[in-house]
Amino acid sequence: MPGPLGKDLLGLAPLSAAQIELILDTAGPFREISERAIKKVPTLRGATIVNLFFEASTRTRISFEFAEKRLSADTVNVASAGSSVSKGETLVDTARNLEAMKIDMVVIRHSASGAARFLAERIESNVINAGDGTHEHPTQGLLDMLTLRDRFGSLKGRRICIVGDVLHSRVARSNIWGLIKLGAEVAVCGPRSLLPNAIEDMGVTVIDRIEDAIAWADALNILRLQLERMQAGYIPSLREYNRVFGVTSARLERAPKDLLILHPGPMNRGVEIDSDVADGPHSVILDQVTNGVAVRMAVLYLLAGGKPELAEAAKKGNA
Amino acid sequence: MAHPIGTRDLLIKGGRIVDPSQGLDAVGDVLLRNGVVEACGGLLGTPDGAEVLDATGLVVAPGFIDVHVHLREPGREDVETVASGAHSAVAGGITAVCAMPNTKPVTDNQAVVGFVKRQGEAAGYARVYPYGAISVGQKGETLAEIAEMVGAGAVAFSDDGKPVESAQLMRTALEYARAFNVPIAEHCEDMTLARGGSMNEGIMSAKLGLKGIPAEAEEIYVIRDILLAKRTGGHIHLCHLSTKGSVELVRWGKERGINVTAEVCSHHISLTEDAVDGYNTNAKMNPPLRTAEDVEALQQGVADGTIDLLVTDHAPHHYDEKEREFADAPNGIVGLETALGVNTTYLLHRGLINLSQLVDAMSCKQAKIFRLPGGSLARGGIADVTVFDPNKVWTCDPTQFKSKGRNTPYGGHTFTGQARYTIVGGRVVYTAA
Repeated sequence: MPGPLGKDLLGLAPLSAAQIELILDTAGPFREISERAIKKVPTLRGATIVNLFFEASTRTRISFEFAEKRLSADTVNVASAGSSVSKGETLVDTARNLEAMKIDMVVIRHSASGAARFLAERIESNVINAGDGTHEHPTQGLLDMLTLRDRFGSLKGRRICIVGDVLHSRVARSNIWGLIKLGAEVAVCGPRSLLPNAIEDMGVTVIDRIEDAIAWADALNILRLQLERMQAGYIPSLREYNRVFGVTSARLERAPKDLLILHPGPMNRGVEIDSDVADGPHSVILDQVTNGVAVRMAVLYLLAGGKPELAEAAKKGNA
Repeated sequence: MAHPIGTRDLLIKGGRIVDPSQGLDAVGDVLLRNGVVEACGGLLGTPDGAEVLDATGLVVAPGFIDVHVHLREPGREDVETVASGAHSAVAGGITAVCAMPNTKPVTDNQAVVGFVKRQGEAAGYARVYPYGAISVGQKGETLAEIAEMVGAGAVAFSDDGKPVESAQLMRTALEYARAFNVPIAEHCEDMTLARGGSMNEGIMSAKLGLKGIPAEAEEIYVIRDILLAKRTGGHIHLCHLSTKGSVELVRWGKERGINVTAEVCSHHISLTEDAVDGYNTNAKMNPPLRTAEDVEALQQGVADGTIDLLVTDHAPHHYDEKEREFADAPNGIVGLETALGVNTTYLLHRGLINLSQLVDAMSCKQAKIFRLPGGSLARGGIADVTVFDPNKVWTCDPTQFKSKGRNTPYGGHTFTGQARYTIVGGRVVYTAA
């Protein structure tokens, strides 16, 4: 029987505001588990989960693995190197083989947009998208929103600017959908060559200058600039990128108010973000990492058929 | 060998004859004898021993032609053969097709041209006219042996999915082909803009996180080729136009008397990029499905004659090849068995074109522009006839296709308009169930 999120978590675009709030509310009590000496609850005991990573990832994979282990699930990690994938097996065959092994959930990271949905349509197990190409990375979007909500209380009317390579960013897309659904105002700032030219039709504003973005925003979510973007000719050089779009303490000091600094990692210090900003008082980058585990526990719990009441109880407990 | 012809007289009785090549739209009979049209129009007596086909309530038109199909043979006989593709054609009311040269080996010499032509004759369904490649191996470097291929039966030249990157080579091809009176057909796409793209660039590509192909990738080549046709006096035929801008550029060229002709695929006048949502690989083709504004401009282009021909770009693929990540799936859909239904549903019944225009774009102009036999029911012409019911309502079931390909975005779609009898060389080669 499908839980309150349905069978899969493929992105934030298909979710309602209420479903997103439910995940964030459910993450609260799970965060508390990670603070305990014995960081384990029996919630998913007996459930088998495969972490299927067709693309290199350290942070997201470890975060999912911790989330699964703290819920007592049995987990198997499959990385593309050494698996049948590198022998040329198709995704559909991989899916059928997983299905035949009677697993409960699949967490998939893949370089092709739509890969998670492709898998979800072909197997009965729950599928969680851990990043598909340049499409979505919903758990990253959720942990970003949880981090912002912790600081702001509510996202309604808050101004969030996503800075950098939005064109190639699945993190940006999940943030845009999720933040807009929760009532935030969203802007993007970056070289126009790294913004989809239909971006405004997604309900966001484009700000060309980082100084203006800093003056406007309550929080900046700074995307990683991949080295290959420069090699592909989207921008002239990393050096110029830093000079024009880099978030530096000098620029932040001129801001009319303090603003929160988020970064999904891994950071290129000295390119999109300066070290004194990353390590500075307004950075919530490590909170994001902590929240990542909690949000993923919440998603696993809810997809496994967990009850929404946990969130209700947690809210009452806090009150 | 030649295409087989009917051994008995065939009288098509009482249909509405729509043949714009003769300015004809009237109820009457058509008599076919020895592979040619013996008589057309009026009430004709039934000759002794003639087979009689009752066409009451149906439209009788010169056989439909599709100058843009991929039959995959030689090379990929697992996904289509000349025979299965030609069978698919007649099941869609299409009596002749031009087969693109992106075969393996490439159809870039007289031997392969002759092979494809003979396979068509041996199959005996639709007539198959081979395309030859413009350049050796479709590599865009050296002009292929165009004259010899014309001698072997090639009717037009194109590097098909590979746009001719060198403007100089395109200029040379247009000049060289003039003496042989054959069109040079271009797949218009600036690869420096389009490379890596798998759908239209716009809001849908932004949402899905897929690299888009901007309209300008097509339009830049459209105007380049029109200008080269102007310079050389050669005949440029622009394949499968997909954007509003392309229609405007072709209109600009025609207004100036430049020797440019153009075609549009059924899918580009009926579907938008929204069909891609959910990463539907059966809505992946090149050029990609565009926006509603483009669809409207293309329909208008057909209506006002800026776009000459309605084609399919029939492109069968194995289901395994489409059953994969969107960006990695091959381009193209099968179209021969849905084209008439799409065109009648989206153009005729919406009042954008009338029956004569439909027949003109699917038959007469195809023959005229590609200098092919047919496209007319005038006495003495080849006995290729499509008898169709423009009001027949049917639902597309890909499992029933005669094509080996099942890759269509129209599965489950309901259309109004269907071929009833397909006649090639005076033989009934297909009868609808």
